[in-house]
Amino acid sequence: MQTFYSDLLVIGAGLSGERIAVQAAEAGFSVIVLSIVPARRSHSSAAQGGMQAALGNCAMGKGDCPDVHFADTVKGSDWGCDQEVARLFADTAPIEMRRLAHWGVPWNRVVPGKSHYFKGGEKFEKVEEADKEGLITARSFGGTAKWRTCYTSDGTGHAVMCTMDNRCAELGIDVRDRTEAIALIHDGSQCFGAVVRCLRTGELHTYLAKATAICTGGFGRIYKATTNAVICDGGGHAIAMDTGVAVLGNPEAIQFHPTGIVPTDILVTEGCRGDGGTLLDANKERFMHIYEPDKAELASRDVVSRWMTHHMRQGKGVHSPYGEHLYLDIRHLGDKHISTKLREVDDICKHFLGIDARTQLIPVRPTQHYTMAGVRTDKDGAAYGLKGLFSAGEAACWDMHGFNRLGGNSLAETVVAGGIIGKKVAEFLQGFEVSFSTALVRDAVTKQQARIDAFIKGTNGSENVYRVREALQDALMDGCFVFRNGPDLEACVKRLQEIYARSQKVGLKSNGLGANHELAAALKIQGQVKLGMCIAVAALARTESRGSHAREDYPERNDRDWLKRTLAVWPEGADMPVLSYEHPSRVWEIPPGDRGYGGGTIIPAEKLPGKDD
Amino acid sequence: MARLLKFNIFRYNPQDENSTPRMQEFVLEETVNMTLFIALNRLREEQDPSLIFDFCCRAGICGACAMVINGRPGLACQTKTADMDPDITLLPLPVYKLIGDLSVDTGAWFRAMYQKTESWVHTTKVFDPTQLEERMDNAVAEQIYELERCVECGCCVAACGTARMRDDFMGAAALNRVARFVVDPRDERTDKEYFEVIGTDEGIFGCMGLLACEDVCPKQLPLQNQLGFLRRKMGITALKQLFRK
Repeated sequence: MQTFYSDLLVIGAGLSGERIAVQAAEAGFSVIVLSIVPARRSHSSAAQGGMQAALGNCAMGKGDCPDVHFADTVKGSDWGCDQEVARLFADTAPIEMRRLAHWGVPWNRVVPGKSHYFKGGEKFEKVEEADKEGLITARSFGGTAKWRTCYTSDGTGHAVMCTMDNRCAELGIDVRDRTEAIALIHDGSQCFGAVVRCLRTGELHTYLAKATAICTGGFGRIYKATTNAVICDGGGHAIAMDTGVAVLGNPEAIQFHPTGIVPTDILVTEGCRGDGGTLLDANKERFMHIYEPDKAELASRDVVSRWMTHHMRQGKGVHSPYGEHLYLDIRHLGDKHISTKLREVDDICKHFLGIDARTQLIPVRPTQHYTMAGVRTDKDGAAYGLKGLFSAGEAACWDMHGFNRLGGNSLAETVVAGGIIGKKVAEFLQGFEVSFSTALVRDAVTKQQARIDAFIKGTNGSENVYRVREALQDALMDGCFVFRNGPDLEACVKRLQEIYARSQKVGLKSNGLGANHELAAALKIQGQVKLGMCIAVAALARTESRGSHAREDYPERNDRDWLKRTLAVWPEGADMPVLSYEHPSRVWEIPPGDRGYGGGTIIPAEKLPGKDD
Repeated sequence: MARLLKFNIFRYNPQDENSTPRMQEFVLEETVNMTLFIALNRLREEQDPSLIFDFCCRAGICGACAMVINGRPGLACQTKTADMDPDITLLPLPVYKLIGDLSVDTGAWFRAMYQKTESWVHTTKVFDPTQLEERMDNAVAEQIYELERCVECGCCVAACGTARMRDDFMGAAALNRVARFVVDPRDERTDKEYFEVIGTDEGIFGCMGLLACEDVCPKQLPLQNQLGFLRRKMGITALKQLFRK
């Protein structure tokens, strides 16, 4: 058994993981970063649109400042976020964008003079100021008062990921691809690292560290229709939940993106609508302006996804062999715009739909996209329940997004939170020493080896892991999608209980040797079903509608009873998660109010939780 | 009636002592809009769970799924079966170390490349969080991004005549990486310093100009232009050094 030691072990080499690693390495600590795939293939690289930061350089962003960004974020979250965290984020974002520019990100820059832009299909003129020439520019994204989304053409995530990984190479950080953490090593109160499967050879290794950070991204792959990469499978959340003490924050807060393509669910960026693209129905007519006269296509994602679903229920959807959908129209943006600023979209249309977006409509519908849910941490990124465990990025519920995140805020969060939390990790490591118990490490490894042996021998049964996963995905699509209601959620919980029992009886069909993928799937299936169950149970309990959590039987946002964050733990040996609640925020810079889009009624709070306690 | 697709797939698991390199045939009924991503996953989930291959974004963005498809390196996820004959042969990329079946170790190759090319902005400037960002012409930013679009799939190296003949050839991906920093005004490296990295037969002068790299690049990077640009620049640098002596 090979054992590796570092001050900090980061699980996941996407933007937040590498950003934490950079910060800790700059402070002089040794860091190992694990990744299932080569770092630059991390799902951060798929984010096309951009990063929100209130630089206020471009004409349409004039007068922007962190206060406005903060307000947009809080409204976007439907007052579910931690306002202290949202403030920290909005204030730090502009500095982080400049730091990225210094490290090498080729941000698009302000070009002075007149230019045109589209909004709601109409053409407008804007004039960029000469004294801003060459500063970082921004584009428009949903749910924002100003143009604030910094970008590099349509490959922002890719470009920033390249720069961050280059920075890791420059600092000599040990980034190990094709390694997968399959269990945390812990004693119930402190985390000491992880048991890791090498995805080249299949061997188990131990990685010991004073601090461990889970930065594994979201878990969209437990849904059947998701924009997420196949690696966004909740592996990091599964090992956290398996400890029995780490906590999942707001599991019911799952975002559905308005424009996943039909079929294949690949995302076309919100930049399409930001740049003036429109949504059309079966009659090729716009409809969003009927429901949202002010923001129209650019209301927040939860709102647009709901109106799209509603509009299809009114019989206005387009019928296809893959079910109903609507259209995204970017034809009027023109060849030059589509071939430069929306090139990835152009490629996706060509390669996966066989259409030309200059002359044809793009079939789209709401698709699972983002998990606001995640490993619950405090504002320093320290996970609840285990000392020495941290989490950041989409994997975490640091909680700047509450019940809906704005486009461009998650990609920005990866680096902003990574920087802030990396600094806190370095402070934690300063002068901190631990004793590693060899018995604890041995037991952790033995337990994982026994699991693997049981899968290979079929000791627990011969359930097919892929069928179990499919059953989980179907159950969530039926019960926990854009709209939810009591009876469907109850049915979903029941189905998931059966599926959970099946997940305990999985056995491999293949021999499990080497880089075997069936074994990798088997190792996380039980954890995935747990995540699904947390979503369903928490969604059933929350008898209100807030952000992306839309209950048809409780359509109002209930600040009186539900201005709180769900916390889910799965105690060792239990069959169901245990829910509890906490105040979403102790600071209320902006008291709960109307978002200005989305409609719906609000049951007001009698007093603000956490403020007067 | 849908077509029946016949897949001939390279099989070998180096971690399994009973495994020997061979071709294996699979048959699958084609569905509408089928890609090799859909097809291979169905084969693994329905017919043979021991099949090893890599996918990640499945949207042509990340470069994980490069393989030799009917003799030509390409991204499996964006290859539609409708565009192909029903007889499909899949092989792992050459050059890279085999992990199993269709999966190869591009990760290790590219991490070594970052060190060889020192793939980062070399600057003596220190970041000052209180200052505005340094200005940059938007056209320059777009030019850098154009070369930054490489997804490190490895197709260009797998298709490269020189790389197939000599293991130490840096390949188009590495040379394009250098070009990306050459056009970046933030990088303070001089032509002479770049010459030390790529001014050899392992680098720019090893290129035979066959240009399969550009032909197979799934991102249509302008590799032909970049290799020409570097060759001229490094040639001039070499001459300057010659006359200075």
